[in-house]
Amino acid sequence: MIARMVLNGRSRQVDVRPEHTLLETLRDTLGIFDVKEGCGEGVCGACTVLLDGRPVSSCLVLAPAVRGRAVTTLRGLERDGGLHPLQEAFVRHGAVQCGFCTPGMLLTALAFLEREPRPDREAIRAALEGNLCRCTGYTKIVDAVEAYARDRGHG
Amino acid sequence: MADVVAAPEALRVVGRAVPRHDARDKAVAATAYAADWALPGMLHAAVLRSPYPSARIVKLDTARAAAMPGVAVVLTARDVPRNTLATDVPGQTATVGPLRATLHVLAEDRVRHQGEPVALVAAETLELARAAVEAIDVAYERTPGVFTPEAALAPGAPQVHAAGNLLAQWRIARGDVAAALAGAAVVVEGEYTTQLVDAAYLEPESGVAWIDSDGVITIRVSTQVIEHFRDVAEVLRVPQNRVRVIGTYLGGGFGGKEDVTVEVYLGLLALKTGRPVKMVWTRQESLLARAKRHPYRMRYRTGATAAGEILGQQIELLGDAGAYAYLSALVLLYSTVTAAGPYRVPSVEVQARVAYTNNPPTSAMRGFGGMQTVFAYESQMDRVARALGMDAVEIRRINALRRGDRLPVGQVIETHVALPELCERVWAALEPPTPPRAPHVRVGLGLACNLQPYGRIVWLHDWSSAWVGFEMDGSLVVRCGVPDVGGGQASSLCQIAAEVLGVSLERVSVHIADSALTPLAGTTTASRQLYMSGNAVLKASRELREQLLRVAETMLGAEAATLAMTGDLVHAPDGRTLALPDLLRECARAGVPRGHLAVYNAPAGEPVDLATGSGKVFPDYTYGAHAAEVEVDTETGVVRVLRYAAAHDVGRAINPQSVEGQIQGGAVQGLGYGCMEEVLVEDGINLTTSFATYLIPTAADVPDVEPVIVESGEGLGPFNARGIGEPPIGPPAAAVANAIADATGARLTRLPITAERVARALGRLDGTN
Repeated sequence: MIARMVLNGRSRQVDVRPEHTLLETLRDTLGIFDVKEGCGEGVCGACTVLLDGRPVSSCLVLAPAVRGRAVTTLRGLERDGGLHPLQEAFVRHGAVQCGFCTPGMLLTALAFLEREPRPDREAIRAALEGNLCRCTGYTKIVDAVEAYARDRGHG
Repeated sequence: MADVVAAPEALRVVGRAVPRHDARDKAVAATAYAADWALPGMLHAAVLRSPYPSARIVKLDTARAAAMPGVAVVLTARDVPRNTLATDVPGQTATVGPLRATLHVLAEDRVRHQGEPVALVAAETLELARAAVEAIDVAYERTPGVFTPEAALAPGAPQVHAAGNLLAQWRIARGDVAAALAGAAVVVEGEYTTQLVDAAYLEPESGVAWIDSDGVITIRVSTQVIEHFRDVAEVLRVPQNRVRVIGTYLGGGFGGKEDVTVEVYLGLLALKTGRPVKMVWTRQESLLARAKRHPYRMRYRTGATAAGEILGQQIELLGDAGAYAYLSALVLLYSTVTAAGPYRVPSVEVQARVAYTNNPPTSAMRGFGGMQTVFAYESQMDRVARALGMDAVEIRRINALRRGDRLPVGQVIETHVALPELCERVWAALEPPTPPRAPHVRVGLGLACNLQPYGRIVWLHDWSSAWVGFEMDGSLVVRCGVPDVGGGQASSLCQIAAEVLGVSLERVSVHIADSALTPLAGTTTASRQLYMSGNAVLKASRELREQLLRVAETMLGAEAATLAMTGDLVHAPDGRTLALPDLLRECARAGVPRGHLAVYNAPAGEPVDLATGSGKVFPDYTYGAHAAEVEVDTETGVVRVLRYAAAHDVGRAINPQSVEGQIQGGAVQGLGYGCMEEVLVEDGINLTTSFATYLIPTAADVPDVEPVIVESGEGLGPFNARGIGEPPIGPPAAAVANAIADATGARLTRLPITAERVARALGRLDGTN
């Protein structure tokens, strides 16, 4: 079936198979590989996208349910070909190691910072609980989110 | 007597916490992981796996599956040109005999563990491939299995393999342990149990294979070892130069992508169909099928003088190899060599065995046998200190290895051991103590140290190679076969080349992990890549520098030894400069190569008989000390790690940010091992094949880890660096156990340290811990 959705800010007609998840539609139908599959059951957060601005595990969303809604993947954060300041903070603070959790982690963090602009470290940790990282031990991810929130506050 | 170390030389790029080039790519999702790859006409593959831990295959009929529309091929063991993967393990003892670790690509007449691969399918879509797997007509007759190493070694046990269930055995006997223990003022006995755990990288096993236009079977795969192209060639019975493995940037490895995963299957399916094929395991398949970390049972008797000097240690280790050998014999060797810890112990006896069972196979995982023993030897150290009323730092200071001492295996320690400083630094980092927040909550501190080899066993004659060269515009290219598992392996090489050749980091490109196009660098395992490939790049860069400066010497009219390369220029002592493109044009004109290949050979030796040995086993070791502050809820048994500090002597930090990342990430993996993670297996059936049941630490489960980098300037790597990939995962379990003992007096001896086990140890529940 053909469904219209807003994908990274642009309206698109997408050929959606009713049995597909949003993750399968993004990766297998559209070739949007910035969404990762880590577990396929909504636990690891690697497949996180923003659905109407809210983070969801795209492996748990049936593709037809996205009809008429806005989907943002990591590529949707690009600003004139440059990095989003949160992406810059991740790079600067060493929050990226293997990078497989990074797209989902960034999107979850951004959505959280929309709701709570000046969180403390504990609140950041609680907000990222649904995004597993096996490499960094999380300290530098929290550093990056905290620094971005602080710098943005002063800017 | 202080062990004096040299002051480090001043450097420009090395030693700086520069953001990694790959981090930027990953932050914008530009990195194409193995599964982020598609080719026209690509097939999708799936594996039929055994549901039983021990069974005979009595029927295997693929006709119906193969006839399904859209199915390209169905393969069983009969279709595999050479169905056995084999690795020789040198140095095994006479008891077991020479060991050849073998593995069937696909099961023949028997399956020995749940999840063992039985058949392969390639089809037009993944859905079709999975449907065809379901349509394979297979019947099993279950056979008796054996599910603990103790049962496996008991008389009359079902035999997992014809040669018997004892897979490997190592023994060390140094000094007179019985006499040492008899003469000790205090003897502490302990039995420790560690569990089966999974590497649980976020990126499941994945890859794409195709036959390239030159007929070469090309496999783009997430692997720590591109040299498996040789294994693929063996299985396919094609010459080794007809298989090419391209290693992708990995979404984590931690040892779990050291053995072959999908590459042999992909090679077979591409060869049989002539079409591109993709295989991506699901998380459930990964947790079911991949080799894991060995569970151990360890018995320790430790004797010390009244002053706290350790006199002797008697150690028994028993590990569970699961159904196939993989790297178990070598994992056990690491355990045997490190069993007494980073301490001077005059008398040591180690009896180590590892047995086949019908459990999930175990093999490499970060720490590689140097891990389990830390929990035991550091718990013992803590017990001895408590028995003598000694301070945790003091007892370690007294007993710490020093340069010139011998390990129990006889190897002489040739580099500085910074253990006392590491202990003091982490202990100080946790000052002042956190006051308990409620009357039923206790707070305690625990310390744990470790040593971990870096570099492969010396009798494996390890080497790495790299090519470094300039383009005409003065930009620099590094080619090295190193797989980057996410630890910054590639970017560290750029820093080293930039340092030596005086170019800015932005002017360096690095090409990695292609068995056809990059010089082979060996495995990204054993904390060896910075050490080995870092040295290869350093050597190539230095030799290239000499080569170029001989040309610059003529151009500038100043002796090569007086010239400097910095800021993309060659500088003469009188202040004149030469731009790199001018120098490179002159090289081209004069026929002087602008690139250079170098091979770095690690110190090598022959196998030693451990029992009587006085030989070298590993090139060198990295030492660490971790400290944990925990709170224990004495009513519920819930333990929370409040603060954590981890120190390692890395010799020289090439990139301090990457070093901190290794320390922090390793410590949190170690906390997962200590407090949370366990693959639950019941009669060979894995009950934890999803991330909903196999729990790894989340951001909310762990505290910040304060990394403490100590740079002794002593290590065998480039600029005197030591390996730091594996070492930080070792101490956390023992640090937490020792902190719980400090807080409550309860001694936890079984991992993971769950609330239930703590509550039992505190007498809040019936039963043992």
